[in-house]
Amino acid sequence: MIEINNLTKRYGDFLAVDDISFNVEKGKILGFLGPNGAGKTTTMRIITGFMPPSEGNVTISGYDVLDEPLLTKNKIGYLPETPPLYLDMTVSEYLNFAGLLKQVPNQKINAAVDNACSKVDINDVKNKVIKALSKGYKQRVGLAQAIIHDPEVLILDEPTIGLDPIQIREVRDLIKSLAGNHTIVLSTHILPEVDMTCDEVVIIKKGKIIAQDTPKNLSKKMNKSSLEEIFIDLISESGLEKK
Amino acid sequence: MKNIITIFNREFRSYFSSPIAYIVIGLFLVLTGVFFYLLTSSFLQYSANLQWQAARMRQAVPPMNVNQMIIRPLFSNISVITLFVVPMITMRTFSDEKKSGTLELLLTSPVTTTQIVLGKFFASFSLYVIMALLTWVYPMVIIIFGNPDVPPIGVAYIGIIGMGAASIGIGLWISSMTENQIISAMGTFVILLFLWLVGWFSNFTSGAFSDFFKYLSIIEHFNDFSKGIFDTGHLMYYVSLSGMTLFLAHQSIESLRWRS
Repeated sequence: MIEINNLTKRYGDFLAVDDISFNVEKGKILGFLGPNGAGKTTTMRIITGFMPPSEGNVTISGYDVLDEPLLTKNKIGYLPETPPLYLDMTVSEYLNFAGLLKQVPNQKINAAVDNACSKVDINDVKNKVIKALSKGYKQRVGLAQAIIHDPEVLILDEPTIGLDPIQIREVRDLIKSLAGNHTIVLSTHILPEVDMTCDEVVIIKKGKIIAQDTPKNLSKKMNKSSLEEIFIDLISESGLEKK
Repeated sequence: MKNIITIFNREFRSYFSSPIAYIVIGLFLVLTGVFFYLLTSSFLQYSANLQWQAARMRQAVPPMNVNQMIIRPLFSNISVITLFVVPMITMRTFSDEKKSGTLELLLTSPVTTTQIVLGKFFASFSLYVIMALLTWVYPMVIIIFGNPDVPPIGVAYIGIIGMGAASIGIGLWISSMTENQIISAMGTFVILLFLWLVGWFSNFTSGAFSDFFKYLSIIEHFNDFSKGIFDTGHLMYYVSLSGMTLFLAHQSIESLRWRS
């Protein structure tokens, strides 16, 4: 579904993403892990077509994101690190706008908004101005925006940031329920979450992939009980040398 | 087309959900109203003077031209005031989206950069047109209480609107280059002021330079409109200036993707 081939991104002299390749199969959830500044957001931005790669390419169900931007963007729902919200709009106005922007037809837009709202459970704040919402609600409105056009691919950049434990669980369940029909790439810092939701894990550091497997295999291979230990082991300098 | 309308709708409504539209329109109408009052008062004073003089000299009162004495200076003043108001209309168009991250939503949606730029342009331009046309009250007062030539008034409005399109193009372009609204407004204002003052340079230069400076001036082109002379050459200047600045705004947004 998503194929990433030899992706490289340079900002001037700085190498943000260094020759990474991985595939995500249809209906799977891929967890994208790495310390801050490892190149997760850059990679996601390239997948969504927000910025072009310096080298390599990304295809979404066979279409290159640079050659067919309108086609691939239509297939992608994207939640950036900071939810892209217009603070002076109400939730339903905003989702209406996002839906139309994502080519939801006029006659289906109301149903799409209702559907997205109930999926992320924000029906009670539908007519509130976004400015007045708490961080958790804002995050969920951002999530609703990403799924409004029922995209084949979901790219979620730290979707559970700023949520309380109950909401984290809700979002996690939501993401799980979306898999199957949707192919999902999500980045996060919360490792147990990856253990619970993801079918596959990609760990990157300084723009390079340093591990890529299912969470289970990874713990078997590294002989560690939790993903957290594996992560810390891989990310710390000594861990890399040992390897 | 549908995408342009979607972006237009959001953009246009956002003017009215914040105080911007009300403040800009209010400010504009107060300023133009003051000028209209002053021009009309001095016209009345002058005509009273003339009548008194004529009565004293036992002569007929010489004819006075309302178009020349009120309408033409009124539209000149309106055109100058728009230079101050346009930066307020356009300052947030792209800057705000860049700052709050919503540009990421637009650029990752299946819409083209051209559609984004045009949607925003038409939203700002519509607000401008509404604002400019609200001044119809002033010429209306003249039409009711005097007998001006009406067609020149229409021509003057065409000029005001053409000039607005060009100024808004400039504003959008500047706004697309910065995420700071203040810089966006100041930059637009400085460029508009430069395009306004550059006509003066032509007085101190000669030959081709003089013509060039004169042609560059956004206000020089308006002078004929305010006189009621419709010249497609002047309209072409406004149309090409808006086209060029919108192209530059488009390029600046595109370059954002490639540079960052």
